[in-house]
Amino acid sequence: MDLFDVGPYELSEAIKTTMLRQRLVSLTEHHIANCADYQKLFGDIELGSIKQLEDIPFLTVPLFKQRELKSITKDHVFKVLQSSGTTGQRPSQIYLDAQTAKLQSRVLVKIMQEWLGKQRRHMLIWDHPNVIKDKASFSARGAGIQGLSFLGRNHTYALNDDMSLNVEAINEFHEKFSDQPVFMFGFTFMVWKYGIQALQASSLKLNFESAVLLHSGGWKKLQDEAVSTDTFNTVANDCLGSIKAHNFYGMVEQVGSIFVACEHGYFHAPSTAEVIIRNPETWKPAAVGETGCIQVLSALPESYPGHSLLTEDKGFVVGRDDCQCGRKGTYFKVLGRMAKVEARGCSDTFERGAS
Amino acid sequence: MTSEVLYSVFAKALGIPLEKVNDDLTYNTIKEWDSTAHMILVAEIEDTFEVMLDTDDIIDMSSVGKCREILKKYDVEC
Repeated sequence: MDLFDVGPYELSEAIKTTMLRQRLVSLTEHHIANCADYQKLFGDIELGSIKQLEDIPFLTVPLFKQRELKSITKDHVFKVLQSSGTTGQRPSQIYLDAQTAKLQSRVLVKIMQEWLGKQRRHMLIWDHPNVIKDKASFSARGAGIQGLSFLGRNHTYALNDDMSLNVEAINEFHEKFSDQPVFMFGFTFMVWKYGIQALQASSLKLNFESAVLLHSGGWKKLQDEAVSTDTFNTVANDCLGSIKAHNFYGMVEQVGSIFVACEHGYFHAPSTAEVIIRNPETWKPAAVGETGCIQVLSALPESYPGHSLLTEDKGFVVGRDDCQCGRKGTYFKVLGRMAKVEARGCSDTFERGAS
Repeated sequence: MTSEVLYSVFAKALGIPLEKVNDDLTYNTIKEWDSTAHMILVAEIEDTFEVMLDTDDIIDMSSVGKCREILKKYDVEC
């Protein structure tokens, strides 16, 4: 059985953990052999002593801002992904070779097929087209849109460069496809502020009959505006029609590994990824239900040592294998940033750029 | 349908000379065939051969030769 071929929510915990551990141990070995900085940190680790997922060593996300961490030579660099850095900081630099980029696309599509089906839907993107223009160095937003566009057809951008609604494009898209399967994507804050709220303020009434809206990025600004998931979903349905909205959690440091929220609002770890919650005092794994710092594990990163990362987010595991939605694996909640860490949400880049 | 049609679809969608297209031409090995171009290519193939490719096809379509195989599934011989 191949971890990359099996359905993303099919494996029960025991089997998944064994398979994922084997893959992550071999990735650890690979990065020790191919990344000098990683070797300096973890070269003396006894790989045979890694009995559980929690024994896999982890890097912190900010390290990718400070150092050029890669396990490939310069001539194999195929694409460099950049995170949205916080003010005065360099953004993360994530080095991809063709192989890792391919694996990311393959796994991303496999996960998304679970939520969208195999047929490519007509795609409405809640952003402006210039966000993907600079091909050499993608922003997190551009990379997200680019990666997901594989799942759509007739890609249409709903916003203009100044973030106003592109009414003409939206109307044309709606006229053609409102009764067909539609896939909408955007960053949570943008969908809310420049999509849903702008639609409310305009006289534009949309009634999509069968659309799935996937959105990602921090909720912090929405929390500040007291917008809950329920409010978001209700208002989205009012403005857009019959919409199934799913938030997902993921980061540019682990593209392809995404955690999509189910109908009950819980993020689900696919077979190729896992979350471990760590107590921020002891860094030991927290019990189910206990809030701590989120560590993300991914089977994908070969070209850079990003297979095990401690994030700056906090959350808690709700359970394993027994979500009401029927999907197997770990399911969890994200509660936002850890205190005292400067916000680093994807949508922040635009905010600062515009102000 | 002959190879010529398939090759000309690739040449047009990727913006490269026809003589650079052959069955071994592979995704992500030339700068003209990146993920953005891949979507343009897919749309062009769908229009030309009147097929609807699904997401598995898009991921599997890693070379010109592989594209020919995928099209066979849809009874398109080229």
